[in-house]
Amino acid sequence: MSTLTLAAVHTKYNLLETMRVPIAVIGSLVFPTLAFCLFVLPQRMVVDEPDFATAAIASMVVFAFMSASLFSIGLDMAEQRSKPWWPYLRTLPGSPAARLIGLMSATLIISILAMIPLLIVGGIFTSAAVQPGELFAAIGLAILTAVPSALLGTIIGTTAGPKAAIAITQVAMFLLAFGGGLFLPPILFPEWLDLASKFLWVREAREIVIAAALGQSAPLWAVVGILAWTLVLGALAVWLYRRDEGRRYR
Amino acid sequence: MTALVHTEDLTRRFGDTVALDGVTLDIHAGECVGLLGPNGAGKTTLLSLIEGLRLPTSGVVRLFDGDPRTPASRSRLGSTPQATALPEALKVREVLRFVASHYPSPGPVDRVIAEFDLEPLLAKQCGALSGGQQRRVAVALAFVGDPRLVLLDEPTTGLDVDARRSLWDAVRTRHREGTAIVVTSHHLEEIEQLAERVVVIDHGVVQADDTLAAVVAGVSRRRVTLRGVSAEGVLALDPDATVTTDPDDGVVTAVVSDSDALIRALVASGAPFTDLTVRGASLEEAFLTITKGAMV
Repeated sequence: MSTLTLAAVHTKYNLLETMRVPIAVIGSLVFPTLAFCLFVLPQRMVVDEPDFATAAIASMVVFAFMSASLFSIGLDMAEQRSKPWWPYLRTLPGSPAARLIGLMSATLIISILAMIPLLIVGGIFTSAAVQPGELFAAIGLAILTAVPSALLGTIIGTTAGPKAAIAITQVAMFLLAFGGGLFLPPILFPEWLDLASKFLWVREAREIVIAAALGQSAPLWAVVGILAWTLVLGALAVWLYRRDEGRRYR
Repeated sequence: MTALVHTEDLTRRFGDTVALDGVTLDIHAGECVGLLGPNGAGKTTLLSLIEGLRLPTSGVVRLFDGDPRTPASRSRLGSTPQATALPEALKVREVLRFVASHYPSPGPVDRVIAEFDLEPLLAKQCGALSGGQQRRVAVALAFVGDPRLVLLDEPTTGLDVDARRSLWDAVRTRHREGTAIVVTSHHLEEIEQLAERVVVIDHGVVQADDTLAAVVAGVSRRRVTLRGVSAEGVLALDPDATVTTDPDDGVVTAVVSDSDALIRALVASGAPFTDLTVRGASLEEAFLTITKGAMV
């Protein structure tokens, strides 16, 4: 069986397992929309200005993908790795990549579903106006630019135990979201922070998705930066996964 | 013909601990090998190296003449997860299908369902199964991929007698049809039921590798308990005995290979012993004696 077919099987069973705990699914689906309603909708200045509103929705989409990637993948893997089912799966024939891709795509699928209510609320209650072509480009790019965060999730998942993974993920998510300009728009950043932020893939993802939603072309530095991050984090994730021998205790 | 598993001077260390120390072993098609040894002897480490879960510190391990770390080498290998490891939210049928989808040419799932009597469990979530049922599913998973070699690590731990027997029957049927089996256990009975060849491992070293009958004769020991004679007194009569004294009640326990000779010697020496009991030593006790140095 090819790696991709097997990855699809892993995706299917991952989703099946998630669906068996409905509250977890509902939580993931509602969270981005809820955050949007609480933090963005009350700001009239943002809501009434079409470009600001579009940028705010795009930021929230990027944030939703990032947090889902970090939390679902990192915590799930750390949790699974601490159980004996995980080493058993490694004794089966089939590429380890299939397992990683399966976990990542299951998470992405849930995130895509979670994006739908967010886009509906954004479309109805703000002045954001996006052309259909640009909307689909922005959605596609939001998925693609979530890959480095998903890879970071697998890195945390393969290096940390379940409890450590929660702590690391929370800190990482907060730093990345703030540094990436998802909490405060980078316009408000001091110059040095703005510069530093441009080296973070989350900021790069934000710029790319906003540019697509507004029908502009993405800045070159963002595209180059996020590709570099994807390669580096991807190589690191594969390397760590290969040398992983299960959870270690001292 | 090349061996299914070939190891040569295989060594694995964890920090300062040597889990496996220069193990050289071949397992051939159709064999049924019992891997015996006390806890921490290195049995599970050996299996994890064959399964490609861990890397050797030094030495060679080959599986179907390939590197066990390469997925393709494992396409005819079956193994079991620990019983508690099944994904709780998935149903038994789903777990069987999920595992089968990893193999290039899995056997019919229905066959495994019949062999291990899984029909009544198929629609249940794994989390709802009893310990014994989980164990049955876990062992069945090893056969889902129509393997030529199956590794069973303590397959019937925690099962009652009936469940154990029916599991052994299913495994034996597969063995008769040509699947090679490697089974680890503490239970001598389990090894006696399944294995034809026995490999004894302790302190990471192969202590014995022989037919079942030869090894069982070598490890069989008797356990003698008595009062009124000191540990030194017993050792003087049988220098190969493993002797311990219970500090609370003064009962001396001796694990020996020839209890008859010891008792004849005790009587002849006129020692004032009381409360004499003799019974077969457990495998664990027998191993302690063997690893003291008096090897088969």
